Amino acid sequence: MAVLSVFANPHRFMAISKPFAWGFTALGIALILWGGVYMGLFTAPADARQGDAARIMYMHVPSMWLCLFAYAFMCGASFVSLIWRHALADVAARSAAPIGAAFTALGLITGSIWGYPIWGTWWEWDGRITSVLIMFFIYLGYIAIWQAMDTQQKAARAAAILCLVGAINLPIIHFSVEWWNTLHQTATFFTKGDNAGIGFKVPMYIVALGYLALFGGLTLVNMRADILKTRADMMLQRKMAMAG
Amino acid sequence: MRLGGIGAAFARELKLAWSGGGGAALPLGFFAGAASLTPLALGPDPALLQTAGPGVMWITLALSSLLPMERLFQADLEDGTLDAYAGSGMALEGIAFAKTLAHWVATGLPLALISPILWIMLQGPVETVPLVALTSVVGSAAFFFFGSIGAALAAGVRRGGMLIALVALPLYVPAMIFGAAVLYAATGGEDWSSPLMLTGAASLFGVAISPFAAAMALRAAID
Repeated sequence: MAVLSVFANPHRFMAISKPFAWGFTALGIALILWGGVYMGLFTAPADARQGDAARIMYMHVPSMWLCLFAYAFMCGASFVSLIWRHALADVAARSAAPIGAAFTALGLITGSIWGYPIWGTWWEWDGRITSVLIMFFIYLGYIAIWQAMDTQQKAARAAAILCLVGAINLPIIHFSVEWWNTLHQTATFFTKGDNAGIGFKVPMYIVALGYLALFGGLTLVNMRADILKTRADMMLQRKMAMAG
Repeated sequence: MRLGGIGAAFARELKLAWSGGGGAALPLGFFAGAASLTPLALGPDPALLQTAGPGVMWITLALSSLLPMERLFQADLEDGTLDAYAGSGMALEGIAFAKTLAHWVATGLPLALISPILWIMLQGPVETVPLVALTSVVGSAAFFFFGSIGAALAAGVRRGGMLIALVALPLYVPAMIFGAAVLYAATGGEDWSSPLMLTGAASLFGVAISPFAAAMALRAAID
C-alpha cells in the first residue's frame, strides 16, 4: 500500500509524470521503428514458406500481447479502485482502455492483412481470431460504460465491475470459442509449432518492448489530460459560482 | 425472515411483470416476429431453413432475452424501491437474484415454451421438440442472468438498452455456442448430451456470479 499511496495524490502524480509520459512515448516510437521497420523489413530473414509476407508479424504478434497486457493492467487498476477507492487507479484504467482497444484493433487489422496472401481470405473464423474479436467488444463495452454515466464516481464503479466480470469470463469465453472452432474445423493453413529462429524473435521482442513503452507513455498522457480536464472543470465551476 | 423478504420481492416482481403494463409478453411477440422474418430473408427452401434455422432461432432467443433487461432494475432505481430494499437490511445479492429469477419465470420460460413452435416452422425435426424446449429453458436462464449484470450496470443510464446489449453480448458467448451446438447435434442425430451439459454449466455459472456483480453495480448506482 505504501507504493500505491505515493501515487494516490494527483498533484504529486502531475509533478513527476510529465517526463515519463513523453519519454516512454518517444522510446516506444523509437523501438517500434528500429525493431519493426528497420530490423523487420531489412535485417530479419524472410520466412522460408511465407516469404516477405511474414514480416507483418513483427507488428501483429506483439499487438496481441498488448491487447491482453492492457486488459490485465485495467483489471489491476479496477481492483485497486474498487477496494481502496484509489482516485488515480480509476483514471489509469480509463486511460488505458482506448489504447488497449487500439492495440486489439491493430492486431485484428494486421492479422487480416497478413491472412489475405497466406490464407487467401481477409477473415477466417479461427478460434483465436474470434476470441480477440470478442475481446475487442469487451473493450468497447468498457469504454461505452464510461461515456454513458452522468457522474465520474458512478462510471468508475460500474466500469471497474464490468472489467472484473469480463476478466472472470475471459477464460470461459476463450475455451468455448476454441471448442466451437474445433467443432466447425475448416481448412486452416495455420501451422503451429514451427520453430521461429532467433532472427525472428529479436525484432519481435524489440517491437513488444516498444509497444509496451508506447502503451505506458500514452496511458500517462491520457491520465494527465484526464486530470487536467477535471481541474479545468473545477476551476470553471468555481468561477461560475463566484460570478453567480 | 431474510429469505421471506427475498421471497416477497420475487412475488412482487412476478405480479408486476404479469399485471397490465408489465410488458412481459412483448419479448414473446418479438421472438415470434423476428424468427418469422428469417424465411422471408433466406427464402422458404426447407433444406436451407433446416441448416440455418437452429442458429437463427438461438440468436433470436438471445436477443429476445435482452429486451426485458432495460427495465429490470431501472424502474426500481427510479422510484426508490431499490433504496428501500437496501435500507431494509436485505442482501442486494438476494434481491438481484429474486428479480432476475422472477423476470426469467415471467418472460424467459414462456420464450422457451414457444421456441418449439418456431423450431417446427423453421423445419426443425418434430421428434427433437422436447430437447429444443429443454435447451431453451436452460439457455434462456444463462441469457437472463448474464444479462442482469448488464442491466444492473446500466440501471442508472437513461436509454441504457444499447449499453446493456454491448456489455452483455460477450458474456453470452458460451451459452450461444453450446446451446446452438445442442440444436445442431439434435438435427444431425449426433450426441447432444455434452453440449447440453455445457450449456447448463454456462447457465449455472451465470446464476452463481451474476447476483454478486449485479448487487455491486446496484450499490454503486444507489450511492
